[in-house]
Amino acid sequence: MNIKKNKRGIPAISTSSMPDIVFLLIIFFMISSVFKEFRGMPIVLPAAKKIEKLRGKRDVGYMWVDRFDRIMIDDRIVNLDEISDIMYVKRADPLSPLRVVSLKIDEEVRMGIVTDVQEELKKADCLNISYATKTKD
Amino acid sequence: MLKLKRKPKTVEITSASMADIAFLLLIFFLVTTTIDVDKGIGLTLPDPRGEKKEIREKNITNLLVNEAGQVLLDLREIPVLQIKDVIAEKIRENPKLIVSVKTARNTPYNIYIAVLDQLKQANARKISLAEPDK
Repeated sequence: MNIKKNKRGIPAISTSSMPDIVFLLIIFFMISSVFKEFRGMPIVLPAAKKIEKLRGKRDVGYMWVDRFDRIMIDDRIVNLDEISDIMYVKRADPLSPLRVVSLKIDEEVRMGIVTDVQEELKKADCLNISYATKTKD
Repeated sequence: MLKLKRKPKTVEITSASMADIAFLLLIFFLVTTTIDVDKGIGLTLPDPRGEKKEIREKNITNLLVNEAGQVLLDLREIPVLQIKDVIAEKIRENPKLIVSVKTARNTPYNIYIAVLDQLKQANARKISLAEPDK
């Protein structure tokens, strides 16, 4: 009987599908990443300990208030009485309705303007807000 | 003379380095992207169309923050860093407790955030924002 001896070598792992795997990874990261839309204003955020992460970015609206009480939405400085109209349009956007408004307010701002902004947001039916903060250690 | 017959060769681009190139791209993008997660203190504003609720006096505690950043809790001044313990104790006694935060128009925002942070740390879920007097 003729028994062929099994060649015992280390089986090579085929690397031919490696580019496919890597490209898949690249495409996954490209699709899942969201670019920063707005530059915003130079502000110093206050720090807090018990903070929550804002999930998702696509349905979050951003507002900035800097230390000179200037209000900015979408890289445009707006007046206080314009806020409710702008935010209402964003809130009622059929494609991506706003879920949360993240308020990026400088720590040196006084509460008066913060309250005024909140009143305008109430008018625009944007009731879920989040005060952006840094993490305090 | 010897005649050499040339075989027509098919030129092939080697795809062996494709994986390296793709990995390089992947690593480049991984390194250059900064993932910044938005963090903050979440709050739900009251619906302006909703009716005003009458709340019993004993279920409410008033927290006043003045322009100098001093905090008055039930007419007694306390340091900001003690709010957490005092409120946590009060909530343990009365889980229905609503904390009403009232600020002045000139109260610094960072004091307000510090107070909210203390309330969140005390697990106060019912926070009411009183409008500052004009």
